Amino acid sequence: MTSHPLLDVHDLAVEFTTEEGTVRAVKGVDFTVERGRTLGIVGESGSGKSVTSLAVMGLHRGATVTGSAKLDGTELVGAPDDDLRKLRGRRMAMVFQDALTALHPYFTVGDQIAEAYRAHFGGTRRAALARAVDVLGDVGIPEPARRADEHPHQFSGGMRQRAMIALALSCEPDLVIADEPTTALDVTVQAQVLELLMRLQQERGLGIVMITHDLGVIARVADDVLVMYGGSAAEQAPADTLFTTPRHPYTRGLLDSLPRLDAEDGAELRSIPGSPPSLLAPPAGCAFHPRCAVYAAKPDARCTGERPLLRTVADGHRSACVHDEVTA
Amino acid sequence: MTTETAPLADAADPGAPAALLSVRDLGMTFPGPRGTLRRRPGIRAVDGVTFDVRPGETLGLVGESGCGKSTTGRMLVRLLDPTAGRVSFRGQDITTTPQHRLRPLRSRFQMIFQDPFASLNPRQTVQQIIAAPLRAQGEGKQRIRAEVRDLVRLVGLAPEHLERYPHQFSGGQAQRIGIARALATRPELVVADEPVSALDVSIQAQIVGLMERLQAELGVAYVFIAHDLAVVKHISHRVAVMYLGRIVEIGDKQQVYDHPAHPYTKALLSAVPLPDPAAERTRERIVLLGDPPSPANPPSGCTFHPRCPKAQDVCRTEAPLLTLTAPGRQAACHFPEA
Repeated sequence: MTSHPLLDVHDLAVEFTTEEGTVRAVKGVDFTVERGRTLGIVGESGSGKSVTSLAVMGLHRGATVTGSAKLDGTELVGAPDDDLRKLRGRRMAMVFQDALTALHPYFTVGDQIAEAYRAHFGGTRRAALARAVDVLGDVGIPEPARRADEHPHQFSGGMRQRAMIALALSCEPDLVIADEPTTALDVTVQAQVLELLMRLQQERGLGIVMITHDLGVIARVADDVLVMYGGSAAEQAPADTLFTTPRHPYTRGLLDSLPRLDAEDGAELRSIPGSPPSLLAPPAGCAFHPRCAVYAAKPDARCTGERPLLRTVADGHRSACVHDEVTA
Repeated sequence: MTTETAPLADAADPGAPAALLSVRDLGMTFPGPRGTLRRRPGIRAVDGVTFDVRPGETLGLVGESGCGKSTTGRMLVRLLDPTAGRVSFRGQDITTTPQHRLRPLRSRFQMIFQDPFASLNPRQTVQQIIAAPLRAQGEGKQRIRAEVRDLVRLVGLAPEHLERYPHQFSGGQAQRIGIARALATRPELVVADEPVSALDVSIQAQIVGLMERLQAELGVAYVFIAHDLAVVKHISHRVAVMYLGRIVEIGDKQQVYDHPAHPYTKALLSAVPLPDPAAERTRERIVLLGDPPSPANPPSGCTFHPRCPKAQDVCRTEAPLLTLTAPGRQAACHFPEA
């Protein structure tokens, strides 16, 4: 039963057709998420990190998804909408960045959670509301019975994010995909919400996919990390390895360009030149080569030829750079 | 004239050069919503804010949403009229000067905004955008053309960008245009309100690096407003931490970050996740309870007391004043850290 990973994504690709041409937003990523573990997906805007998660959930609109994403052995890519609807919310749930947009403004928080619960388990409205109050309590909302009767706008930012986590957890899913769940929050509130997610994970053995641009958040919660750039995986490694021995020039550039609280005084920020690539007209070969320090120092035809594939560089550590033997 | 009324800031460092900008007891109360019979009480967004900015230095202004840092920033350049207190630029009070008399002074203090696209006119070319402040100062056409060319190079853009429109640029490039516009009149002070928070991580470092280089070349002083404590630590010489409209701690960057005196500063710093998994597992973390309170209904006494791990009875009743806790650093706490 538990022989396969909770989430097993293989060669997942997503394409959109736009007026200006086809956008290959995700170009074949592989990853797995085990129960009780957190995979961090980090990348900048346009890296494909959010599109990947939407494709897994079957929430993409008008996109062509290929490859495979199996939840506990069940194929999600190409599954009929009815089947997906039964899984979404029940076995896998999503926490979004902006809770004010993600929650319905017209219904009370309790009603929204109860509705989700009844959609999967049926039962009376009263029982579902009682369940809603329970989960609101679980996520640390004080006076949950009273707050369940309130509307989302009556919640503070942090409480709203807790309410959305409660909604995601109401049907006891196995997998939670959190897309920038703390980006809109203040740091002191972010610390609370991350703490909450980690506690719930321990209690319930949740598999979590944490999508963020914040390397600090990744370091705080992730067991494994996938670094995305221009729609592809640049590097994949256990979190400790990634931060101590990053291999891909993009990952190293990103870490070097980060202002850090724990930096020596006067430490220099080494920025990455240029901007993230356009997905409509991606650079040939390695998407990162126009900004890459290794390429700038020693231009190489392999960088502009074919898109480099992930290669194993150490145990559990994969990097998509043709120069890896040089940079290691 | 300002130095006489600036005992607080100057007591910290008597040998400090005369302030470029001095801010005394600055306050902003926004009118409350209209009720059925009368207006409800106003919202005190900024209250009793006092600090100096010296020529060529960067003062970082940090705090969480709603703490009044942006409102303060807008009052510094008089985009908002304060309801209390005073801002003096080079000794001249700019809070009461009529707008038309302020215009010649305006070339000397400028602002950079968070959203580079919202702050650039989409129907103007880069040339027109950067030229606008120079035209407002009555410069001649020839002179403006030459200046604008210099400015785009200065911020790392190319002259061929001049005829393009803002939407043709990436966020980082658009912010460079905003910076060029702010520097067009060679100001002595630039107030930058979250100038990098809308940008991708790899682009943030470019803009921070650019601002540092420009400061070194032009000697411009910055008030750098941001919620990102790591960015502020990197760019600032001194830092002021705001909470609910007040400065709770201000001082030299190294002191404030290495030995925070105010419990809020301490908690804020400990809440920032470090990009270092090993350190994250072991470091002491103070998780504050609750959310920052609403400025519409601030707690009594020290406004931080409901969330403060050190709060005593006196904190609930008496608001602490900003006092010197070490040379070059002040904190507003009844029980500051040693």
